[in-house]
Amino acid sequence: MSVPLTLLGLLERESSYGYDLKRDYDTYFGWGRVLPFGQVYATLSRLARDGKVTAGQVEPGAGPDRKRYAITESGARELEGWLKTPIEPEPHLQTLLSTKVVLSLMLGRSARTYLDTQRAAHLERMRQLTELRRTAGPVEALLADHGLFHLEADMRWIDLTEARLASIAKAIHNQEETQP
Amino acid sequence: MTTPTFGREASPPIAEGRCLVKSFGRTPALNGASVAVPPGEILAVMGPSGSGKSTLLHCLAGIFTPDAGEVYFDGRRIDHLGETRRSEMRRRDFGFVFQFGQLVPELTVEDNIALPLLLARLPRRDAYAAARSWLPRLGLDGLGARRTGEVSGGEAQRVALARALVHHPKVVFADEPTGSLDSLTGEQVMELLVSITREEGTTVILVTHEARVAAYADRMVLVRDGHVTVADPPAAPSKPADGFTVGVGPQPASLGR
Repeated sequence: MSVPLTLLGLLERESSYGYDLKRDYDTYFGWGRVLPFGQVYATLSRLARDGKVTAGQVEPGAGPDRKRYAITESGARELEGWLKTPIEPEPHLQTLLSTKVVLSLMLGRSARTYLDTQRAAHLERMRQLTELRRTAGPVEALLADHGLFHLEADMRWIDLTEARLASIAKAIHNQEETQP
Repeated sequence: MTTPTFGREASPPIAEGRCLVKSFGRTPALNGASVAVPPGEILAVMGPSGSGKSTLLHCLAGIFTPDAGEVYFDGRRIDHLGETRRSEMRRRDFGFVFQFGQLVPELTVEDNIALPLLLARLPRRDAYAAARSWLPRLGLDGLGARRTGEVSGGEAQRVALARALVHHPKVVFADEPTGSLDSLTGEQVMELLVSITREEGTTVILVTHEARVAAYADRMVLVRDGHVTVADPPAAPSKPADGFTVGVGPQPASLGR
């Protein structure tokens, strides 16, 4: 979960109130979803308990929460480490896609028809993302670009798999025959 | 998601191929390919190398004559026309963008853009004025007097775009227009191609093997073994990343082919 670390990042920029943190989170990192207030405060109190942030005195004034949070040295170290660590380059879809192809072939269904449907669905999503990045600002385009490249990789895989369907089917049936 | 309102169902096609067959020697390229493109549509034609997608484009553009089948442009059959009338039609009604711009390197940017108008016997002054008016639209300000052999690949491809659009063609045929460019430059070219042709209402037939390029189009068809497969997106478009609600369908079809 990257919410605590993202909040730490916002706090490294400047100490802040829960409400402002939520607003900034939604603006920069929500990607279309809002972070519930409850989760913000729960996260902040866990971070405070673990010594990653400090919570200031309740300040007088209007509004739900007048505590100012600040990042601690330990929080900053954790943030630093997290930012430097690459994300596991894990494939998101390939096991699912592969399972469908293998199962289709195994069950004598048209894997090619499945791949065509999948290709159309992928391209439709790519069209949406392309439209988004054409109309959105450069910050929103970040996520769209990332999605586009991933979907493009899947598309290449779909093309290649389609070209290899016959040999994949043969390998599966050979395997099945050699098994008791 | 906004869909362009060019009336995809209502309008008769501006470009159409019916049951096209074309072989090169003993190598079949098209084997009964049919496609219809409504006016104003940006159509992506995808398919693996050697699938016949470029041959299809060349047939629709009246460059190749199919061995069998019919080609229509704007309601008129064109595959039976003589070469003189077809080349006249290509010059007047079509624009072309290829993978390598195919500009004349010794000529300037302006010369290259003005070329289709000069070939159409427009007065020199008018041709050059029109050519110059395209420079800012394509981010080519100040480059008009450069030789095209001296500009960058992305600039050259934008010159090629201007040359394809300068005479306000009805259809632009683009064959791998970003094929020789890096992804950022390719995206700039696609962005310009799409935004200008949408403004002008120009139909685009775009051959590409790259999904990212095809994603700029309104619709995609797939050419496979010389046939055209229309791959409509599923009725309830799913985000492939989360649902996999896209069914295979119940038909007990055979393996691959």
